[in-house]
Amino acid sequence: MDKTLSSLSQAVAPIGDGATVMIGGFGGSGSPIELIHALIDAGPKNLTVINNNAGNGHVGLAAMIEQGLVAKLICSFPRSADPKVFTDLYLAGKIELELVPQGTLAERIRAGGAGIPAFYTPAGYGTDLAEGKPVAEFDGRFYVQERWLKADFALIKAQAGDPLGNLTYRMAARNFSPLMAMAATHTVAQVSRIVPAGGIDPEHVVTPGIFVDRVVAVAQPAQEEMLNREGAVYP
Amino acid sequence: MSGTLDTIKLTNAQIAWRAAQDIEDGAYVNLGIGFPEMIAAFQPEGRDVIYHTENGVLGFGEAPAAGEEDWDLINAGKKAITLKPGAAFFHHADSFAMVRGGHLDLAVLGAFQVAENGDLANWSTGKGGVPAVGGAMDLVHGARRVAVVTDHVTKTGEPKLLKRCTMPLTGVGCVTRVYTSLAVIDIDGGHFVLREKLPALSLDELQAVTGADLKIDGSVHDLTVPAL
Repeated sequence: MDKTLSSLSQAVAPIGDGATVMIGGFGGSGSPIELIHALIDAGPKNLTVINNNAGNGHVGLAAMIEQGLVAKLICSFPRSADPKVFTDLYLAGKIELELVPQGTLAERIRAGGAGIPAFYTPAGYGTDLAEGKPVAEFDGRFYVQERWLKADFALIKAQAGDPLGNLTYRMAARNFSPLMAMAATHTVAQVSRIVPAGGIDPEHVVTPGIFVDRVVAVAQPAQEEMLNREGAVYP
Repeated sequence: MSGTLDTIKLTNAQIAWRAAQDIEDGAYVNLGIGFPEMIAAFQPEGRDVIYHTENGVLGFGEAPAAGEEDWDLINAGKKAITLKPGAAFFHHADSFAMVRGGHLDLAVLGAFQVAENGDLANWSTGKGGVPAVGGAMDLVHGARRVAVVTDHVTKTGEPKLLKRCTMPLTGVGCVTRVYTSLAVIDIDGGHFVLREKLPALSLDELQAVTGADLKIDGSVHDLTVPAL
């Protein structure tokens, strides 16, 4: 078994118009910038994107939105240091937003990957974000029913990957990626280094390869924060 | 009256200092983005507090020196952090399991409004723009204590402590204690219970800038803080 690919364009080639795409990262930490930029180059339209945020500046997810790939965003916090791209489109009614509490977003994705179609959470009960959702009482407290979230594709960033798709992550760049890898039909991971099978101690595997379909090496991945400090714009 | 209040009220740093005094040794704590983050700077010596951040770190420390940032190592406010010995990384579902699962001792948040029944409004003024909630709606459920740090009144002098919130709610019946620029107030049995107030302020004066009844249960202590 060899899940490694040699090019980013090959890795994103299966993503077509109208696809639902989960993208790992919390702000710039864990954002698979190179995969996102390869997707911008490929140019599918009308995508639904699931990420915690809505991009920052004019690179990565913000560039993807600016270049017109995204019809709908599912996220918890569409604000950032430079949120102009999303803000302008949203206020002009040109992009749809589904706002989800952060923990609910994480659990919906986890549930999607774990085969749990719905669950109950206290988060959001009695608030505008629970409107229209079923409510139930358990042991004297009220909870809101939330549905699983799945995707056609996940684009994530990891540290080491092997040909079987086993992954490790770097510090807080892990965030949503292990959940998204489970919840997508086809998961692509960009990794800082590809190691041979056995190169990751089984005790240290964070995402087991069964959740990963393609691994592509990006040896020196860009950091969104650094690109924004340089005023970078993609493309 | 508001002129007087402005001269005697606590600064944000002093409110943060007061909140920090109640965090016990060994506590697991989540500090909300912005004002609540200041509390970490006033942690009393000799107490070990383990800070949690939603994006998957337990046991983080101060910001690194400028130029030493590693942008894979940030907090929920997207600011660079450092690690203390014994820190741990985990994914987002585990992070919010810590939150909702009752594993945190304390969560501290800011507020637009707090109601006497414990309702909190802190995520949206309801006036349009781009809505953003982040982890606030999750954080208010599950921590053993959910505290708020806030000015006692708005910039225009309106009470922020009310019978019922008028802004969109973050959570229902979730706040247990409020540290304001004038007082320390518990929420118990659907009421504001006054625990401490600035000594320069009479009970009537405090009640006049509070939008719901202040109950007294036992003695009311002086709220005294150092000049910071």
